Amino acid sequence: MEGLYAFCVGLLTACGIFLALRGRTFSVVIGLTLLSYAVNLFLFASGRLKLNAAAVLGESEQYSDPLPQALVLTAIVIGFAMTAFAVILAMRARADLGNDHVDGTLPAQPGDASKKSGGSQ
Amino acid sequence: MSSLIWLPFLPLLGTLIPLITARFSRTACAFMTAALPALTLFLVLTHAGDIFQGERFQAALPWIPAIGLELAFRLDGLALLFSILILGIGLLVILYARYYLSAKDSIGKFYSYLILFMFAMLGVVLSDNLIQLWFFWELTSISSFLLISFWGHKTEARKGARMALTVTGAGGLALLAGLLILGNTVGSFSLQDVLDSGELIKASANYPIIVVLVLLGAFTKSAQFPFHFWLPNAMAAPTPVSAYLHSATMVKAGIFLMARFYPALADTDLWFMIVSLTGLATFLVGAYIAIFQHDLKGLLANSTISHLGLITLLLGMGTDLAAVAAIFHIINHAIFKASLFMAAGIIDHESGSRDMRQLNGLWKYMPYTATLAMVASASMAGVPLMNGFLSKEMFFTETLHQASLGSLSWFIPVLATLGGVFAVAYSMRFIHDVFFNGEPINLPKTPHEPPRYMRVPVEILVGLCLVVGIFPSLVVGDLLFAAAEATLNGPAPTYSLAIWHGFNFPLLMSVIALLGGLYMYHNRHHMFKFQAQFPTSDPKLVFEGVIQYLTNKASRIIAFTENGSLQRYTFFVLAFAIVMTASTLMKLNTTAGQRPEIPLDALSITCAVLLCVSALATVLWHRRRVIALLTLSVVGLIVSLAFAQFSAPDLALTQLSVEVVTVILLILALFFLPQNTPKESSPRRVVRDLSLASLIGGVIGTISYALMTRPLDTISTFFTENSKTGGGGTNIVNVILVDFRGFDTLGEITVLGIAALGIYKLIAKMRLYMPSSDDNGLAWSEDRYPILLAVISQSLLPLALLVSAYIFLRGHNMPGGGFIAGLITSVAIIQQYVAHGVDWIKTRLKLDYQIMIGSGIGIATLSGLGSWVFGHTFLSSWFDYFYLPVIGKFELASAMVFDLGVFLTVVGATMLILANLGQLTTSERPIQKEHD
Repeated sequence: MEGLYAFCVGLLTACGIFLALRGRTFSVVIGLTLLSYAVNLFLFASGRLKLNAAAVLGESEQYSDPLPQALVLTAIVIGFAMTAFAVILAMRARADLGNDHVDGTLPAQPGDASKKSGGSQ
Repeated sequence: MSSLIWLPFLPLLGTLIPLITARFSRTACAFMTAALPALTLFLVLTHAGDIFQGERFQAALPWIPAIGLELAFRLDGLALLFSILILGIGLLVILYARYYLSAKDSIGKFYSYLILFMFAMLGVVLSDNLIQLWFFWELTSISSFLLISFWGHKTEARKGARMALTVTGAGGLALLAGLLILGNTVGSFSLQDVLDSGELIKASANYPIIVVLVLLGAFTKSAQFPFHFWLPNAMAAPTPVSAYLHSATMVKAGIFLMARFYPALADTDLWFMIVSLTGLATFLVGAYIAIFQHDLKGLLANSTISHLGLITLLLGMGTDLAAVAAIFHIINHAIFKASLFMAAGIIDHESGSRDMRQLNGLWKYMPYTATLAMVASASMAGVPLMNGFLSKEMFFTETLHQASLGSLSWFIPVLATLGGVFAVAYSMRFIHDVFFNGEPINLPKTPHEPPRYMRVPVEILVGLCLVVGIFPSLVVGDLLFAAAEATLNGPAPTYSLAIWHGFNFPLLMSVIALLGGLYMYHNRHHMFKFQAQFPTSDPKLVFEGVIQYLTNKASRIIAFTENGSLQRYTFFVLAFAIVMTASTLMKLNTTAGQRPEIPLDALSITCAVLLCVSALATVLWHRRRVIALLTLSVVGLIVSLAFAQFSAPDLALTQLSVEVVTVILLILALFFLPQNTPKESSPRRVVRDLSLASLIGGVIGTISYALMTRPLDTISTFFTENSKTGGGGTNIVNVILVDFRGFDTLGEITVLGIAALGIYKLIAKMRLYMPSSDDNGLAWSEDRYPILLAVISQSLLPLALLVSAYIFLRGHNMPGGGFIAGLITSVAIIQQYVAHGVDWIKTRLKLDYQIMIGSGIGIATLSGLGSWVFGHTFLSSWFDYFYLPVIGKFELASAMVFDLGVFLTVVGATMLILANLGQLTTSERPIQKEHD
């Protein structure tokens, strides 16, 4: 099970990082979200995987490690705030700069499809 | 003893006094400014008697003992000598500056800088710790920068100050490196330990590096060749500054450093070669250049360079007697050079010029000042009965008794005599060219004597020149002896401070110097003509050129590395991270550890496959944003399932509810953002990013696997054992959040609140283009609020709130708590927004989410502060059990109040973000075209 879990963490990390390296803000936000899943799973796993061992006294024979869980719980909520901040920042950047590229300016490539990004009215 | 700690800090306190008293008269300001330095001088002098008896005072306040950081001061002979010079001449300069500065200059600011500098200098000479010494050393550079640039409206003042700071600051960095290596070699940063480990240091392989680095610091500070060029340019400073910094204190700091580390670093061939040859070169170059200066202060500056070279040369000779001579000349030079600078300042002040081609025949206009200046000049030239003569005699004697250059050692006395000739020539020029030699030419003012008290400091100093010159052992004998012992870190050699040593070789050298200097001055026109043949190279221009060149190179490198592409920076950071982690990971022998693994089951495999497929689908279809969002939410759901399976019900609940709000947020955002991503990454970039991402994913997976298969030594046993007894709850995760690590949680909800408020500000006044159709040109649905959704959501609301309350209340003992309850409540409210629209909600639900966040954090903080009332530490919790009829036994805990704060903050923050973002789609409809 641990191997499978580790594989999933690695895959999520790779997907997150690949998307975080894209040039458009929305892809980066998606990438960061995937990455934060991976990070949360990773941190959680530092308390080791246990089945049927919720950290509630009297509910089971042995308890999973509650400390990483407490840390990850707040990390999930903070992660939401971070995603929200990033995406609102992306919207604001688009509103003020007129495009959604992470650098704030569109790369100068002749004949690229960037004009489509604005949509048409 | 503890008064020693406060000694240097009295002036620090004194930096405030001039700023406060500047509103009073200038005289009052000067007197009050002088009070603390005078007190400090008095305190220093009270120690003098004991120090003359051979005692040494030390005091230290430990700071971080483990790495040798402490506030440590020492007062020994050398420190005493320098403290007296710094404070004594400082007091005279305060008096002098009172008359020198014009009404336009801010005297409070000037005195404040001056006292700050005094503090820094005292710190240098009193420090008993290497790092601390360096700290004060840099402070002298910075405070002298402020003083030199005091007349900041003048270009040359700014340039001169910048040059001085650059040169001495760069030297300071070299010194820091040297001191760090020195401290590591000795194993201690305490100065006494270093001084006592001379043999160890000299035997160490690091010795040459230490010597070169420390000497770089000393030479730049003391304007030794080839770093001498900054000193003449620093003459743009007001003259009191020059009199203080460039005669007695700042430039002597480098000399002090060499004297201080003399027992630790000197006495090797390397030291002698570097120090004596640098000193000799500086001595000659400075003296030669001084002759050709037309600026009065320029002459004095170059003469200072020359005298500093002389002292350096003495310190490099390697005999104990030479070290004594060096210290004696430090005293004498400080006295006569300070008085000469002050005299030059008087001349400048009362005649309006410093140019010796204009200044002539001032004897008629200011005979009294002229007399004083002539006595001081005579001392500079080394005329008998003056203090300068005594130390110069000792210098000549020592040049005869050294063998640093082997068979070529006779060069040194010959060159020393030549330097003496130059010195007499420029001193002669200072006297004859200014006070005699015809009539003044085109002076801006008619020269006259200065105010009475402006002359007092000069009188005192010139008086000292004579007194020391005539009764040397009576006046400075004890001080010199104590300083010499401190410098040598052992007994001082026997020497005689008499005026007359009989007819001997040094006397002959003095006579040659005097006669040769007079002859040279008499024939100066030939020399000026000869000198005029050389192309003049201004070191200032060279320096500025070098700086310009470096700046250009630097900006070219920056332009190359920082091209403004975020993708590039991210790539570099990640690549660097992978190099750092992977290299460490390679040292791990096996991937798998000893811990037995959980066997796989079909459900887990199914979920894992689903997770991987959706994650890959997100990447694959990331340019079709709505689809990517959907697959992303599948990933989130499976993550929450994973938490549920591996015994973390709290996490599962949190992840699930966060997932809902995140997807709603991103869908709202997508309404305003383009719905598709253009294809613009080149195949090369895709391959590059893919490789890096897979590499990092592989490494993270490996770490994760290695971590999970190794046994765990957790600190959580404490939490498990004390959760019920100490925190009053059986849900350990919740007890950790609201009790054990409550302070962390308080910080976290504060961050959440700040983020929400930041988002609120970003949303406000956002002018976004609102598409009327999706990217495929299909119009949005007309049915904005489907009736079915409205009815169901309305009936769901009380149910959702009930669940939320239940989750909140049971949180302390069962999975749940403020975070999760807050998120569920938010989802319930958002559902109403989605079903009915903002306008409908606004009239029915009057909640100010900002106030909600504020009160949430407030309640959490107050519940923590409440424990202070009962004499417990911040955020200690309290709980007890009560019985009520019907309900039965129940528990009340102060931690629940804290959890209520968490709840309110979470609801407030989530709603502030989503409701405001949602509002953009309705009430505000900025009609603005895209500008891309």
